[in-house]
Amino acid sequence: MTIQTDKNTSYAEPGIEGLVADWSSDKQTFDVPWGKLMMWIFLLSDTFIFSIFLTGYMNVRLSQTDNWPNPSEVFALEIAGHHLPLILIAIMTFALITSSGTMAMAVNFAYRGDKRKTVILMALTAALGASFVGMQVFEWTKLIVEEGVRPWSNPMGAAQFGSTFFMITGFHGLHVTAGVIYLSIIARKVARGDYEKKGYAIVEITGLYWHFVDLVWVFIFAFFYLW
Amino acid sequence: MQNVAIADQLDELHDPQTFITKYVYSQDHKVIAIQYAITAIFVGLIALALSGLMRLQLGFPDTFDFIDPSDYLQFVTMHGMIMVIYLLTALLLGGFGNYLIPLMVGARDMVFPFMNMLSFWFYLLSVIVLLASFFVPGGPTGAGWTLYPPQAILPGTPGHDWGIMLMLASLVIFIIAFTMGGLNYVTTVLQARTHGMTLMRMPLTVWGIFTATVLGLLAFPALLVSAIMMMLDKTLGTSFFMPALVSMGESLDYSGGSPVLFQHLFWFFGHPEVYIVALPAFGMVSDVLSTHARKNIFGYRMMVWAIVAIGGLSFVVWAHHMYVSGMLPAFGFFFATTTLIIAVPTAIKVYNWVLTLYRGNIHLTVPMLFAIGFIFTFTHGGLTGLFLGNVVIDLPLSDTYFVVAHFHMVMGVSPIMVLFAAIYHWYPLITGKMFNEKLGKIHFWFTFLGTYAIYLPMHYLGFLGVPRRYFAMGSTDFIPESAQSLNASITISALIVGLSQLIFLYNVIWSLRAGKPAGHNPWEATSLEWQTPDVPPHHGNWGAELPTVYRWAYDYGVPGAEKDFIPQNHPVTDAEQTAGEHEGR
Repeated sequence: MTIQTDKNTSYAEPGIEGLVADWSSDKQTFDVPWGKLMMWIFLLSDTFIFSIFLTGYMNVRLSQTDNWPNPSEVFALEIAGHHLPLILIAIMTFALITSSGTMAMAVNFAYRGDKRKTVILMALTAALGASFVGMQVFEWTKLIVEEGVRPWSNPMGAAQFGSTFFMITGFHGLHVTAGVIYLSIIARKVARGDYEKKGYAIVEITGLYWHFVDLVWVFIFAFFYLW
Repeated sequence: MQNVAIADQLDELHDPQTFITKYVYSQDHKVIAIQYAITAIFVGLIALALSGLMRLQLGFPDTFDFIDPSDYLQFVTMHGMIMVIYLLTALLLGGFGNYLIPLMVGARDMVFPFMNMLSFWFYLLSVIVLLASFFVPGGPTGAGWTLYPPQAILPGTPGHDWGIMLMLASLVIFIIAFTMGGLNYVTTVLQARTHGMTLMRMPLTVWGIFTATVLGLLAFPALLVSAIMMMLDKTLGTSFFMPALVSMGESLDYSGGSPVLFQHLFWFFGHPEVYIVALPAFGMVSDVLSTHARKNIFGYRMMVWAIVAIGGLSFVVWAHHMYVSGMLPAFGFFFATTTLIIAVPTAIKVYNWVLTLYRGNIHLTVPMLFAIGFIFTFTHGGLTGLFLGNVVIDLPLSDTYFVVAHFHMVMGVSPIMVLFAAIYHWYPLITGKMFNEKLGKIHFWFTFLGTYAIYLPMHYLGFLGVPRRYFAMGSTDFIPESAQSLNASITISALIVGLSQLIFLYNVIWSLRAGKPAGHNPWEATSLEWQTPDVPPHHGNWGAELPTVYRWAYDYGVPGAEKDFIPQNHPVTDAEQTAGEHEGR
């Protein structure tokens, strides 16, 4: 990459002055590649989508007259004779948070130009993501087949429990699935050496999306499973 | 790691070679803009025809056998939805946003041209899905453009089966299209400006489109989520929006949902949507007024901050659409207050437009006529907005023709006036030809006077309490006979105005071939889009070198200057430097 020495370009300075300098500069407001900014703006928009899903869920839940099932009991598993509440969700959450760690390492190695480690770590991230989706499939199957929960009805109480559960975790699951595909494509392109010239910002951009999906899961976990 | 500003990157554009890549699967923002515009105007004409059918029924009830009550409701719904989303949003942002942003900020294209192209194709798909609903069993949905549940998905509402599903699907596709385009617009404005183009030197058009796009990216999620939830209610039988209810003597399987939740979600999208349409119009009209009055826009900074303030406030006023919905009445106080606060930045803008005209060298060209017409219609619609923003006045006026008159004046006619102003103003740039001035003026007077002939009487109908969305009044005690003659006169005016749009179409198409060559910068405008080496601009916009910007976009009538305008890419002269007046702009 060439170093830009144009005196009109603003570089990040700390504090309010830096902020003012960035916003009053010409050419670009943020000293980042456009792809990264675009991903941030997309994530802001996506944040609104999930916030509205969760707000809708809270509204529906608070206005329920039927009994709302206790999530820690619904999502409990019997493992080796022990009754473990939320154990599957705990494992899923652990897998997803771990994948954020491997993703962060992948970004680090990408900027160092270590293609091999980047690809391995991205593949590991994608695998952890895929295992998350796999566990979600197991969770859904158990809920549908064993507990008899449907989007429109629920033997344990309010029908909206099933509706919101399938809708929100489904929408999040779609995001994770899309992330796994996105990661795989980018990892393949990294392996092929497509970014030798352009630089590896794309790995960080992919990482932004991935961390976002994890962060959303934390909120879903808190508002749906722990409440 | 040092990042290179896009304006300094080597040109990576490859000129398209074949007809297909040049005009069909084009990634050039200008071609995409024209594709957007043609599609939007096409569906807009369909919506216009639907409104004509509605008016025929209202003006002359019991005359037309081919319009039955269900048809009427379907016309209302499709007219509203097409006009708001598929015409205004798409034409202002997809059309003018695409065309003007890169040219006005001095970029070669949008930052991500491929996604920009996808945006158009998704938009086209959403339009096809929407129009397909005319041909499915039951026809399009007749739920009203607000699609309120429970009625939207229950038997008894036309199109409750196929129509509503296609409508929701089409909206979801539209939102995907908008997001792909919108990300491009915002990122291009933030990251791809040329040398010297600071945010505070951008023309107000760019500010308006930029802010509107941000609003869209944050508001459309609410519509997306409510569309998904309603689709689930319809297909899977969930009860997000559906309370326990009895329909046709049978109690349905739904229970425990909240119709008011839908209204909140819908209007959390719906109110910013008003400004998604209005802000680009505010921006474009500012530039047209300034150019044709040969005078700098009055209070540029205040205009920018007003746009931003209106954008921010638009997210906290949504429930003023719901005073009669049964929500907590105390909310009315909050939402009435925030609604009336929006009048402050809006009034600043109107005063500044008028003050821009004050002592200007006004050229009454066609775009200028439409821009001045906009000031009238917008002020008019804005003032009736003050009536409706107050809870106590809104309650009796709710769901009457007063509301119809208000929102048609403020977000129907006003943005359309600006769109006409903008089309006439930028037509010489886009096509390289001049339109026919005389036809343009005839078109203006028909449209402007016709607007008043249509909507002014509707205010009186509203005061009389004539309810909107009714197929026919029948005999109603509180509505006098004369209301019907008023309705008939409105219908005749509406048909005349509708037909007069043919003059516009004829002018636009005829001038493509027979118009006089426009040459460079026929309006002697200062902003960058008129300073391209070629007219119309070629792929890549700027030839070998990007322009450098030295000044704001409103240097008209500068004392001591050679001409009465100084383009943005002209360096500051020594004389100006000493005068020091325009330093830093």
